[in-house]
Amino acid sequence: MTRIAVTVNGARREADVEPRTLLVYFLREHLGLTGTNVGCDTSSCGSCTVLLDGESVKSCTLLAVQSDGREVTTIEGLATNGELHPMQQAFHEEHGLQCGYCTPGMILAAVSLVEHADGPLDEDAVRHGLEGNLCRCTGYHNIVKSVLAAQDSMRGAATPA
Amino acid sequence: MAQVKERYVGGGVLRKEDPELITGQARYIDDMTLPGMVWMAVVRSPFAHARITGFDADAAKGMPGVLAVWSGEDLASEWIGGLPCAWPVTEDIKIPTHWPVTKDVVHHAGEAVGVVVAETREQALDAAEAVNVDYEPLPVVLDMEEAAKDGAPLVHDELGTNRSYTWTLSNGEVDRVFSEAPVVVKERYYHPRLIPNAIEPRGVLVQPVASQGEYTIWSATQIPHVLRVTLAAFVLGIPESKLRIIAPEVGGGFGSKLNVYAEEAATVAAAKRLGRPVKWIEERSEAYMATIHGRDVIQDMELAATEEGKLLGVRATLLADMGAYLQLVTPGIPILGAFLYMGVYDAEVYHFECTGVFTNKTPTDAYRGAGRPEATYAIERAIDALGRKVGKDAVEIRRLNFIPAFSEARPVASGLSFDSGDYEGTLARALELVGYEDLRKDQAERRERGDAVQLGIGLSTYIEMCGLAPSQVLGSLRYAAGGWDAATIRVLPTGKVMVSTGTSPHGQGHVTSWSQIVADALGVSFEDVEVQHGDTAVSPLGMDTYGSRSLSVGGVALHHATQKIVEKARTIAAHTLEVAPEDLDYEAGTFTVKGAPDKAKTIPEIAFAAWTAHALPPDVEPMLEATHVFDPPNFTFPSGAHVAVVEVDTETGDVRVAKYVAVDDCGTVINPMIVEGQVHGGVAQGIAEALYEEASYDENGTLLTSSMANYAVPSAAELPSFLLDRTETPSTTNELGVKGIGEAGTIAAPPAVMNAVVDALSPFGITDLGMPATPERVWRAIHGGGGAGAAERAEAPGAGSGVGSAEAEREGGDR
Repeated sequence: MTRIAVTVNGARREADVEPRTLLVYFLREHLGLTGTNVGCDTSSCGSCTVLLDGESVKSCTLLAVQSDGREVTTIEGLATNGELHPMQQAFHEEHGLQCGYCTPGMILAAVSLVEHADGPLDEDAVRHGLEGNLCRCTGYHNIVKSVLAAQDSMRGAATPA
Repeated sequence: MAQVKERYVGGGVLRKEDPELITGQARYIDDMTLPGMVWMAVVRSPFAHARITGFDADAAKGMPGVLAVWSGEDLASEWIGGLPCAWPVTEDIKIPTHWPVTKDVVHHAGEAVGVVVAETREQALDAAEAVNVDYEPLPVVLDMEEAAKDGAPLVHDELGTNRSYTWTLSNGEVDRVFSEAPVVVKERYYHPRLIPNAIEPRGVLVQPVASQGEYTIWSATQIPHVLRVTLAAFVLGIPESKLRIIAPEVGGGFGSKLNVYAEEAATVAAAKRLGRPVKWIEERSEAYMATIHGRDVIQDMELAATEEGKLLGVRATLLADMGAYLQLVTPGIPILGAFLYMGVYDAEVYHFECTGVFTNKTPTDAYRGAGRPEATYAIERAIDALGRKVGKDAVEIRRLNFIPAFSEARPVASGLSFDSGDYEGTLARALELVGYEDLRKDQAERRERGDAVQLGIGLSTYIEMCGLAPSQVLGSLRYAAGGWDAATIRVLPTGKVMVSTGTSPHGQGHVTSWSQIVADALGVSFEDVEVQHGDTAVSPLGMDTYGSRSLSVGGVALHHATQKIVEKARTIAAHTLEVAPEDLDYEAGTFTVKGAPDKAKTIPEIAFAAWTAHALPPDVEPMLEATHVFDPPNFTFPSGAHVAVVEVDTETGDVRVAKYVAVDDCGTVINPMIVEGQVHGGVAQGIAEALYEEASYDENGTLLTSSMANYAVPSAAELPSFLLDRTETPSTTNELGVKGIGEAGTIAAPPAVMNAVVDALSPFGITDLGMPATPERVWRAIHGGGGAGAAERAEAPGAGSGVGSAEAEREGGDR
C-alpha cells in the first residue's frame, strides 16, 4: 500500500492505495465519486476523462499514485456553488447527451479543449479535439453544438480547474 | 388529442433526465455498492470450439479474498433449463441447449466455462486468471456458407446439422413473373458482423433475501419485464413473484441489452449460494466476445422489372449467421426485415427466404434496426442497380416505382398493410435541401477534369416496420410473447401526477416525452409529472424498449390512460357541479359547465375530491388513477429520404461524408429535439456500418477486432454534421399518429452512403462495393486487385475470403 494525498475537487484527500490501483478506481471506489465512468479497458473511449492539474487525462490510464500531490477535477466538482458550468449547461440546452454514460468524460474533455485553445474553436477543431472520447448515442452532432455554444460563455468567465 | 391544448407536445422541451447525467449523480449499475457485496468474474474460453477436459480451481481457491470457484458442472443444479430463445421461427427449428456456464463443450471464444467470486473486483479478476482449464480443441466452422454445406464440421454435434431453420414467405406467381420479366437484376450483398458497443458495458448486481427466497436483480438491461419472466420460468426455476428486476440508469443498448444473458443467471446463482449481494461488471474485452453481435447476413437479391424499369417482383434469399447459439431473438432478426424487401415500391410478386446457420462465433441478435437495415440495404442498392440497367438515374427509378402518397392503411407486396406515407414528398424535400442539381454539376465538373477527389451522391428512400407489435401477428410469427405495453397514471391528492410506464429507456428521454403527453392531456405542468420506469415492482406491466416501439406502443398506452383519467374526472366533476357529464366542456385540465364557464373544476381539485372520497358519485371508486394496456392493431411504418454526399480520394481510397441530409417521417412528433437526436445517432451508426465497422475472426475463431482499440467505433472527427428535416404523415395505427424514430438513421444510412460511394466510383466502371468501404477496399476497387465486391467478406481466412461477386464487380463502364 502506498500513501497518497490528492486534491480532488478542491478538497485534500489522503488514502492508502495499492500501487496498481488506477486513478479511476481510486476516485470511484475509495472516494465514492462515481460520476467518472469506465467504458473500455484500452484507453479508447474516454468515459473516464478527468482533469489533472487542469489537463484532460484518461483516468483509467493513470495510476492513482501518479496523482499524488496533484489536483484532480471530476464531473462532481465542475459546478460551482450550485451553478452548472457553462459546458454542462450547454450539453443540457443543446441535447448533447442521451444515455449520459460518456457525458462526464466528454464534458471534461470539452472544458479542457476550450480552456487550452488559443482562440475560438470552429466545428472542425472541436471534432478533432474530442476524437479521444467516444459517444454511441448522439452521432456527436449535438455534442459539437454544445461545445461551440459553451465556448462563448466560458471566455472571460472564471472557470474551475 | 384534438381537444387538448398543446403546450408541451411538439415543443422542444429540454430533458428532465439531464441534471443527474451532467453532474455525475446518475446511478449506473457499477455505481452501486451494497453492504456485504462481493464480486463475480467469469472464466472464459480462449477456444472457439473445444471440449473441456479439466477444470483445476485449486490455485484460484487459495488466492486472497476468493470465496468460491465454480465450473459449469458445479453450477448445473442451479438451472432448470438453458438460456431462452423466445423466437423459434419455424416448427422444425434446431435450438441447441445454451447453459449459462457450459458444462462440457465450448462453442465460441469467450463462452463462460466457470465463475469466481471474491471480496473485491481485483481479487475476482486475478483468481479468474488463475483457474486452469484444459481444453481439447475441436474443428471450427466460421464461414456461414461453409457451415451450411453437408459434411461441414458441426457446431453442435447433437443437432446433426448447422442449419437451424429455413423461413419462407411467398406471395404470387414469383417464378412465372421472374421468368417472363424483360429485365432481371441479380445482386449479392453482405452485411458485416457488427459489435454494438453501448458505451456502458453490461453489469448485474443481485441482492438475495435468503429467508424469503427473494432476489432483487439490477441489470443493465433494456428489458426488465421480459428478463423477469424468462429467468424465472426457463432458467432459474425461482417463482417469478420472488424476482424483482430493476434497470437502473442504463448507458445505451442498441439491442445489445435486449437479451437474457448467461451472467444474469450466474450472478443470481452466486448470490443464492453465498447469501450475499454479488456484482458482476463486464470488461470491454468481454463485451466483444460475450455480448451479442449484429448483422452478418448474405443476401441474394433479385428484382424483376419491365424494360422501362417498373418493378414487377422481388426475390430475396438470405443466409444469416446465428453464431454459436440462439440468444433471445436471434433467429427472428432476419424475419423482422422479411416484409420490407420491396421497400417503398409497388410490385406484383414477392418472395423471401432465410436460412439461419450456426458457426463457432459469438451469437448474433438485435442490433439497432435488426433485420430492417438489411432489407433496406438490399432494396435501396438493388433499385440503383435496376436504374443503371434501364438507364435511369437514382431519382428517376425511384419516382417511377414509388407507392403513391396515401393516408389510409394500404396493402403492399409482402402482405403487410402500410399505415400511411408520402415517399415522393420526403424525397422532394431531401433533394431540395441537399441541393441535388448543383451537386450533380459539381460531380460532372470533377469527372470532366479528372479530379483526384471524386464526388458521389447516394439516395436511400427507406421504410421501416416499427411499433412491435400486434400480439396476434407476433403469435402468428411464432414469437413467444405479446407486443402490448402499459401505463398507469395516478393523480395524487396534491395534484402531482405519478406515471409508471412499461417502457425501459436507456437514453431515449421517455421521462421527458411522457411528461409532455401527460401534462398536455391533464392540464398540469410538465414539472408536476413524475415518470417511473424500469423496475418490475414499480411498473409491473410492461414489454420494455426495443424496435422503436416505446412511443408508438407505450406512449400510446399512456395517451389512453390520460383519456381514462379525464373520463373518470368528468364523472366526478359532473357530480360535484350537479350537472350531467355531457354538459361539461374539457380543456387543458379544466371542466367547465357549458354556458356557465365560471362553474369549473380542475383535475387537481378533482383528484383531491377523489382522494377524500367524501362525496363521490355512486359506483365511482376513490382515487384518480387509471391503467391502460395497449395492443397495437398494426405496425407503424416510418419512412424517409436520406441523401449522402461523399468525397472519395481516388489516390488513397479514403471516403469522407461531405454532406448528409435526412428527411424523416415518423408521424406526429412529441419532442422534435429528441427526435433529431435519435436521427443523429442512428445515422452515425449507419455511416459507421458503411465505412468503418466490421468484426473479423482469424481461422481459429479468435476475434481479431477484440477491443475498441482495433474495432472502428467512429469518433467526432470521422463524422459530419447532419442536415435534418421532417414531413409528418400521421400513423393510422394509433390515436397519437406517432410512428417511431429510434432506428431510422441506422436503417437509412448504409445504402445512402454505399450508393454514394458507388456513384463516385462509376467513372472507373465500378458498380459494386462491399461494406465497410475502407480505404483499402476502395483503393483496390479503383486500382485493381479485386476483393471489393459487395458480397466480399472479411479478409480473414476463416471468415469468407473468396466469396465475391467477381462478375458484378466490374461490369464495364458507367451506363
